[in-house]
Amino acid sequence: MADNRFKTGLLVTNSPHVSTTLDTRKTMLYVLIALIPAAAASTIFFGFGALIRILLGMVFGVAFEYCYNKIMKKPDTTRDLSCCVTGAILAMNVPANFPVWMLAIGVGVAIIIVKCLYGGIGRNIANPALVGRAVLLLSWTSYMTTWPLTRFQIASGVYDGVTGATPLGDIANKTLGQAHYTLTDMFLGNTGGALGETCALAILIGGLFLIWKKIISPIIPCTFIGTVFVISVIYYAFNPVGVPGYNAFTMGIFNVLAGGVMFGAFFCATDYVTSPIMKRGKLIFGIGCGALTMMIRILGAYPEGVSFAILLMNVVTPLIDRYSERSFYGIAAAEKAAKKAAKEAASNGKEAAK
Amino acid sequence: MFLRAKHLSSIDAGHYKNTASHATEVMPVPDVVKISMSQNIGAPCKPLVAKGDTVKVGQKIGDTDAFLHVPVHSSVSGTVTGIETMTNAMGGQDTFVVIETDKLQTMDENIKAPVVTDHKSFVAAIKESGLVGMGGATFPAWLKYDPKNLEDIKYIIVNGAECEPYLTSDHRTMLEDAQNVLDGAQALVKYLGAEKAYIAIESNKQDAIDGFNRMIAEQKLSNIETFPLQARYPKGAERVLIYEVTGQTCDAGVLPASLGVIVANVSSTAFIGQYLKDGVPLIQRRVTVDGDAVANPKNVMAPFGTMIADLIAFCGGYKAEPRKILLGGPMMGRAVYTDAQPTTKANNGILAFTAAKAVLPEETACISCGRCHDACPFGLLPVKYADAYERKDVQMLRELKVMQCMECGSCSFVCPAHRPLVFMNKLGKAMVKEADKKEAAKNG
Repeated sequence: MADNRFKTGLLVTNSPHVSTTLDTRKTMLYVLIALIPAAAASTIFFGFGALIRILLGMVFGVAFEYCYNKIMKKPDTTRDLSCCVTGAILAMNVPANFPVWMLAIGVGVAIIIVKCLYGGIGRNIANPALVGRAVLLLSWTSYMTTWPLTRFQIASGVYDGVTGATPLGDIANKTLGQAHYTLTDMFLGNTGGALGETCALAILIGGLFLIWKKIISPIIPCTFIGTVFVISVIYYAFNPVGVPGYNAFTMGIFNVLAGGVMFGAFFCATDYVTSPIMKRGKLIFGIGCGALTMMIRILGAYPEGVSFAILLMNVVTPLIDRYSERSFYGIAAAEKAAKKAAKEAASNGKEAAK
Repeated sequence: MFLRAKHLSSIDAGHYKNTASHATEVMPVPDVVKISMSQNIGAPCKPLVAKGDTVKVGQKIGDTDAFLHVPVHSSVSGTVTGIETMTNAMGGQDTFVVIETDKLQTMDENIKAPVVTDHKSFVAAIKESGLVGMGGATFPAWLKYDPKNLEDIKYIIVNGAECEPYLTSDHRTMLEDAQNVLDGAQALVKYLGAEKAYIAIESNKQDAIDGFNRMIAEQKLSNIETFPLQARYPKGAERVLIYEVTGQTCDAGVLPASLGVIVANVSSTAFIGQYLKDGVPLIQRRVTVDGDAVANPKNVMAPFGTMIADLIAFCGGYKAEPRKILLGGPMMGRAVYTDAQPTTKANNGILAFTAAKAVLPEETACISCGRCHDACPFGLLPVKYADAYERKDVQMLRELKVMQCMECGSCSFVCPAHRPLVFMNKLGKAMVKEADKKEAAKNG
């Protein structure tokens, strides 16, 4: 019955017959491009060691995924570049002098245990890079919490040695009064911290690029950062730090710029797989991340809580998604009508009972 | 909280309106036409002619006693050479009346303008005209214009959105047949007792909007207005259009008439305007022939029953080997397995694509990006339907309102993993329908 006039025959497929040119690989490529400003900033502040660690993180990511697929006889999935993104993000979450072999183990945990064993891309329940970071933090706590100074800090000559406290460490140790950095330093990245996290400006550029390219929705970053700001303003209004120059408002900005809030909000919390699909869900997710971050910072044992906050919210993402499944077209009207009918039935029943 | 948005979600599927500036060309009558007896939603017609009969243009050649039906008329004059059963474009079996044309196009002498005085005679006339919804749904028009709640009808929406990429046949209708569109809209307003007719047109067809505005002003028509729509897909889908124009949500399975709205495709409206003047039934329409495998893409006025191959030959034939031929637009159109298929009342376009455009990227794993949900005009969750379908979870499909899906294709289009989401929605819907049937059988 088929028409034989055409050499290859005619394809019969389901509609639609056109498709977007955007694919997973391109999406991940955009994320990698968006990481370039932060990577450049970390190279400027911490030297080439930082850049090498980021590149090695990507190489490790590809290597682990390739080997896993090879050994397990699965099709190669490294072409989608998501393993590069995971490796780069994890590398940007460690100190600039972090031992490379430890980084390799972190990436291995992220790629093999968190991603591949759960079924590959799209199947992991938590952000692979952040689980990798958590494992590193618990395994080599001192390596993960010794922060090298930036080259400008060292050059300024006011510091002893080559490592120092992060802004959040200063808050936790109540040594903010002796700190030598300003909010501008924090915005530009001239403070201690994980190598990719310190320069808020670079992260902002990358994040805005992703929002502009419609790779991420602005909801999660906005609510995350907004919540951190609001909670710290309220908290420090009642518990002033007592350091000249830091009032409730500037402490709000301080908390947004310090640690991993900016990086987490734009690059970790927005991970598709582990964040809610619907707008309402994203709103809850972002607020939850911000609130948990501030809870850990204020009440917890760790000075920083971004990655744990995001991981906790990752785990409840399916729940949030399930809850937000109610904003469809027509459904609100239908539910309203059903409620009204139920109410009327109930009142009729009452009257009948009387 | 997101329900009262001014616009429903939409996507940019590209326009590719390559043929928009080409005036419609009338195709010479082909040697043979095959006219389907099943050109509407509902019952197929039974042939009224037999092998050897001579037929004239506009002669009724198919009818049935079934309720949901529309008669079929001959689009040519000539001799019936056979009544064939063939596989149709959808893969089912249909009866076709095969007519060898005499190229004279002799009109049936019984054709005269219908006498229409009120709603009842209007509906009767439309029924005789063979009109179906020409946007592609092929719902019998007479039934649509005869709602149970006639007194509630407030608005007529003339759908000139034409949001499918490539297609320009409605656009050309609005430019070349503007007076008929206005007359048809006037007739609908008058006989359905509506207050107003809105001609809804996407803003990428500004010339059509301007043309109508000018004519409406010149003729001082107070009950017709143009309504510009965003030039995005799928603004022309009936339920989306109703929301955009009136702000009312129209659930799946709800008749627009129950919201006081009647939606008519612009080609249907133009036909009504013409039909009330001369009484020639629906025997031809504009068809956009385009795609990268076609030598000279253009709009063609072709009698129903013309073979796709003949239409493409009229447009210069294939300039490259086609790999996919579509009836309709690329978003919702149907791929056919052969070009030896006749056109029907539903065919607003024929697109032939080479392998470069026909073969879509391979499917990869879902990354839960939520683009399918963001793209869905109704905010549905295709990603979850796919999961639920694979788990055969009918309850979940029902809960997530899979039946609301209108299969517009936006979710599949935007999916970066290139998953066949619409296909899975369709399968999911079929699964729910089957379960409903089983339950009904058990309970009843």
